[in-house]
Amino acid sequence: MNDADDATRDAASPTPSRSPLSDAALDQLRAVLDEPDLGATRYELREPLGRGGMGTVWRAFDRELQRDVALKVLDEPVPERAAAMAEQLLAEARVLARLEHPGIVPVHDVGTLPDGRVYVAMKQVRGERLDRAMTSGLEEAQRHRLFARIAETVAFAHSRGVLHRDLKPQNLMVGEFGEVLVLDWGLAVALRGEAALREVAPAKAEAAEGEARAGTPGWMAPEQAAGGPIDERADVHALGRLVDALWPDGRERPLRAIVAKATAAAPAARYATVAELAADVERWRAGAAVSALPEAWPQRFARHYRRYRAAYWLIGTYVVLRIAFELWRARVAGAA
Amino acid sequence: MEPSSERFPLTRHSVVLAVRSSDAPQRQRAWERLVEAYWKPVYKYLRLQWRADGEQARDWTQEFFARALEKGFFDRFDPARARFRTFLRVCVDGMVGKEREAAQRQKRGGGVAPLSLDFAAAEGELAGLEPPAPEQMDDYFHREWMKSLFEGALRELEAILRAAGKERLWHLLVRYDLEAPGRLEKLSYAEVGRELGWSVTQVTNGLHSVRRQLRERVLARLRELCSDDDEYRAEARALLGVDPR
Repeated sequence: MNDADDATRDAASPTPSRSPLSDAALDQLRAVLDEPDLGATRYELREPLGRGGMGTVWRAFDRELQRDVALKVLDEPVPERAAAMAEQLLAEARVLARLEHPGIVPVHDVGTLPDGRVYVAMKQVRGERLDRAMTSGLEEAQRHRLFARIAETVAFAHSRGVLHRDLKPQNLMVGEFGEVLVLDWGLAVALRGEAALREVAPAKAEAAEGEARAGTPGWMAPEQAAGGPIDERADVHALGRLVDALWPDGRERPLRAIVAKATAAAPAARYATVAELAADVERWRAGAAVSALPEAWPQRFARHYRRYRAAYWLIGTYVVLRIAFELWRARVAGAA
Repeated sequence: MEPSSERFPLTRHSVVLAVRSSDAPQRQRAWERLVEAYWKPVYKYLRLQWRADGEQARDWTQEFFARALEKGFFDRFDPARARFRTFLRVCVDGMVGKEREAAQRQKRGGGVAPLSLDFAAAEGELAGLEPPAPEQMDDYFHREWMKSLFEGALRELEAILRAAGKERLWHLLVRYDLEAPGRLEKLSYAEVGRELGWSVTQVTNGLHSVRRQLRERVLARLRELCSDDDEYRAEARALLGVDPR
C-alpha cells in the first residue's frame, strides 16, 4: 500500500455502483493489469510498443532528460521464475551495453520497479520491422544496403564475442533514415572462450555450451535446434535464410549457391564468418564470381558476357565490320 | 455466493484438484469456488448452445453443480488430457443429453437444494445478445469464463477496500477502468482527481495500487482454477494478453 492508499481512508466519497463486466471493460482490465508502476522512477508511462517472450516494451518519457525511451519491463507471472527472468534481462542489458555500434540499440539505464520487476531503458527507435518493410516492397539497391548493414552489425557482435542466435526479419528494424538496427538480444550468448562476456553475463556464457536450443524454428541452424555447440556459423545460417527472404524470387545460380552454402546443414560447409557471406553477396551484386559457385569456362564466359554486355557487343560489332571491310577490300583488290 | 477472503483465503492450492479431496470441508470449499467461477458461463452456454429457455437453463445449471458435488463428476478430470473448462463443458453436454432423454420418460423430480445464484443478472446480460455461431462457442465460453474470473476478483477487492475504508480507490477503478474503458474515451487523470479531491500524482499512484491489488486477486483465483503450474503460467500469460511467439 502506498501514500495514495492512505489518502483514501475516507468513506465519505460516493462510490459508483458497478454494472456487469462489459466486453470493453474486460479488455481494458486485461490490458492495464500488467502496467508497470513507474512511480519511483524518472519515467512516465506512455503506451505499449510490443510484447516479447519475457516482457513488454513500453514507450516512456524520461523526465530528467526530457526524451522518449523504450522501456522493457519484465513480466512476472510466477514469482518463483522472476529471479531467473530478471537475471536474463539484466544479462541482455549487459550484453547490449558492451556492444556500442550504430546497428545496436544502446541501453540507457536498468533498475527495479517498486513491485520488484526489472526494467531496462533503451533508446526508442522509430522505424519499421524488416518483415513488414519486405511486404511493402524494397528496391534492389535497398535490399543490398540493408543486408550489408545487418551483416556488418552481426560481424561486429561476433568480434566482441557475442552470438545473436535469433536473427530473423522480426528482430530487424529499418529506421526512418535507412539505418538498420538488430534488436532482441535476449538469446545472445558468448562465443566459446570469450572471457569478457563471462564477467558481465555468466548465465549467458554458460548457455553457449549448455542450453543452445533456444531460437526460432525455420531460422536457427540445425546444430542450434539440436542443442549442440554453436559458433558464428549459427548466425551465418540465419543470415543465409535472410538472403533467401530478401530475394525470394531470385533464380540466379550464384544467389542460390550463396543461400545453399550459408544454410548448409553441416557448419563446416558454411561460410566461416559473416564477413565472408557478406563479401559473396556483394560479389554477386557486382556481377563478379562468388566463392559459393565454382565456375567452368562456359559459366565464366556467360557471367562475363552479362556483366560486360555492351563491351562484348562493341567488340563484336567492330570485328564483324572489320572482317566485312577486309573482305570488301580483298574483293576490290582482286577485281583490280 | 458471497466471496470472502476470510472464508476462503487466497491460496495457491488448486481447487480443481481439491474438489476431489477426501476431506469433506475442503471438498465443499473447492466446489463453491468452482461454482462461483463457472456457473454463469455454464448458464449462458446452456441458453445459447442448447437453446434452453431461462427456466430450463436455470434448472440445468443447478442440477449440474449439485450432481457434480454429489456424484463426483469432477473426480474424472485428468489435467493431462484437457483443460478443466473443456472437461466441464463435456460434462455439461453429457448431462444435458441425459436430461433430455430422461425428460422423454418422465418429468424430473426435485430434491436438489437450490444454489443461490443470480440468474436474473445473467439473463439480463444475455438480453439483446446475438447468439454466437456454433464455431465461436469455444471462444464465447472462454470469454465468459474470463469475465466470471474478473468479476469474482472485483467483488472480493470491492469488499476489502470498503471494509478498509478505502472507497475512493474503488471509485477510481470503477470510474477509470470499468465505466470508461478504451483509451480514446478515457477520463483524464486531472478530471478523476477533481472528483476525488486528489492530485494527478495521487490518482496515478492510486490507480497503480488498485490495479496491482486486482491483479493479485485475479492471479490468485486463476491459480486455484488451474491444475498445475504449467497450466497456470500459460493461462496467466494468455489472460493478461501476452502474444505467443
